Amino acid sequence: MSWIPAPVSRFFHRTSSPPHFYALADRFIPWLTAIFLLLLGAGLYGGLYLAPTDYQQGDSYRIIYIHVPAAWMSLFVYVMMAIMGGIALVWRMKLAEVMLISSAPIGAGFTFVALVTGSLWGKPMWGTWWVWDARLTSELILLFLYLGVISLYGAIEDKRSAARAVSILALVGVVNIPIIHYSVEWWNTLHQPATVSKLDKPSIHITMLVPLLLMAIAFKFYYLIAVLQAAKLELLKRETSSQWVKNMLEKQA
Amino acid sequence: MPLIRAFLAIIRRDLLLAFRRRAEMANPLFFFVLVVTLFPLAIGAQPNLLQAMAPGVIWVSALLATLLSLDSLFRSDFEDGSLEQMLLSPHALSVLVLGKIVAHWLVSGLPLLLVAPLLALFLGLPEQAMGTLWLTLILATPLLSLIGAIGVALTVGLRRGGMLLSLLVLPLYVPVLIFASGAVDRAAGGLPVGAQLNILLAMLLAALALAPLPTSIALKMSVN
Repeated sequence: MSWIPAPVSRFFHRTSSPPHFYALADRFIPWLTAIFLLLLGAGLYGGLYLAPTDYQQGDSYRIIYIHVPAAWMSLFVYVMMAIMGGIALVWRMKLAEVMLISSAPIGAGFTFVALVTGSLWGKPMWGTWWVWDARLTSELILLFLYLGVISLYGAIEDKRSAARAVSILALVGVVNIPIIHYSVEWWNTLHQPATVSKLDKPSIHITMLVPLLLMAIAFKFYYLIAVLQAAKLELLKRETSSQWVKNMLEKQA
Repeated sequence: MPLIRAFLAIIRRDLLLAFRRRAEMANPLFFFVLVVTLFPLAIGAQPNLLQAMAPGVIWVSALLATLLSLDSLFRSDFEDGSLEQMLLSPHALSVLVLGKIVAHWLVSGLPLLLVAPLLALFLGLPEQAMGTLWLTLILATPLLSLIGAIGVALTVGLRRGGMLLSLLVLPLYVPVLIFASGAVDRAAGGLPVGAQLNILLAMLLAALALAPLPTSIALKMSVN
């Protein structure tokens, strides 16, 4: 690994040790929370107050400020999980395993939010809660992929092997996501009338776009906060008997 | 022993084992026929309705039958320790695994072709779609076995892996289902099906090359 400069590799080795990571996460979380709240406030103010009403959809289009970032995150988190899985399989890095496992419920949550908000938006727009639209369907399948990861991890007793199993599954899943997405899209164009896709992607005005992007970045920060908290908990669970946990608990007591 | 002979030996051994337990071999077939029989009972016997649903019904049933038979892929080898012997052998595990998958397909996937005409008759599928139904079964059932093997390898160490296996594998089957039943549907309507068959073939070739690798890594994890 001579092509990685020494300070960088040292940084990674230090960060990947559980006690160091735990302390680092503790230090970062307040800052991340502040940035998240700032972005969330700006995004919501821009999206719900400043952005004009849509001439066709009225105010109900404003759900995109939750729906679209959640849908983006649902894919982003799965790709992150696959990257972590690759790292965990190749370098056997414990921290990557922990991050992978901690990401799964968060990603499933984003997927669920995207599905629910999509369905809420669908009721006034399409007249029904659920349409077998290509994007909704592939989002639903993505939710099943997340649930598979979560229950596989829960089913295997030994957590080190469970993490390896989940890493393999995440990698297999990430190869399949584009195939599933495009086949569902193709299936939909065969069976459904095209009315849906016309409403699906209106070109968007700049005053509506800026809050959307702010919300998307805010969601990224939210993911970071949530995954760090979950990873801290997972580390404590895994290393209950190790010295640094005992030291920390004594200090807090 | 060169690799190709090890590969063939695995296939021969698995086929021999399967033929010694003939009763088990027939189970996925019965299941396939039974599930298809349930549909007319549940939704009524209107011929046009059944005809319209036939490709989907046949393919969902084939998918479930394959899923049911998957559990036997590594189970007995895992329990009697021959899987560990395979891990210890000097040959590449992924090739041996591919041999097991091929044997499994010959035993549980290929026989589905035999009963497919019967089911097409039950559901009133037009005769012109029969050839396409066979072609999709030939192309897509090995694909189901290959993808399913990854899920089985991940869950073989668990005592009750059945439900979990379906949760892991069924989402990955979605593209196969779409293209296979889509091809039969179009054939029934007299439309060309070249695109669907080509895509199925492409997916089969990709899975042949790629699926044995994660399967063997997962087996190593499960045996550990």
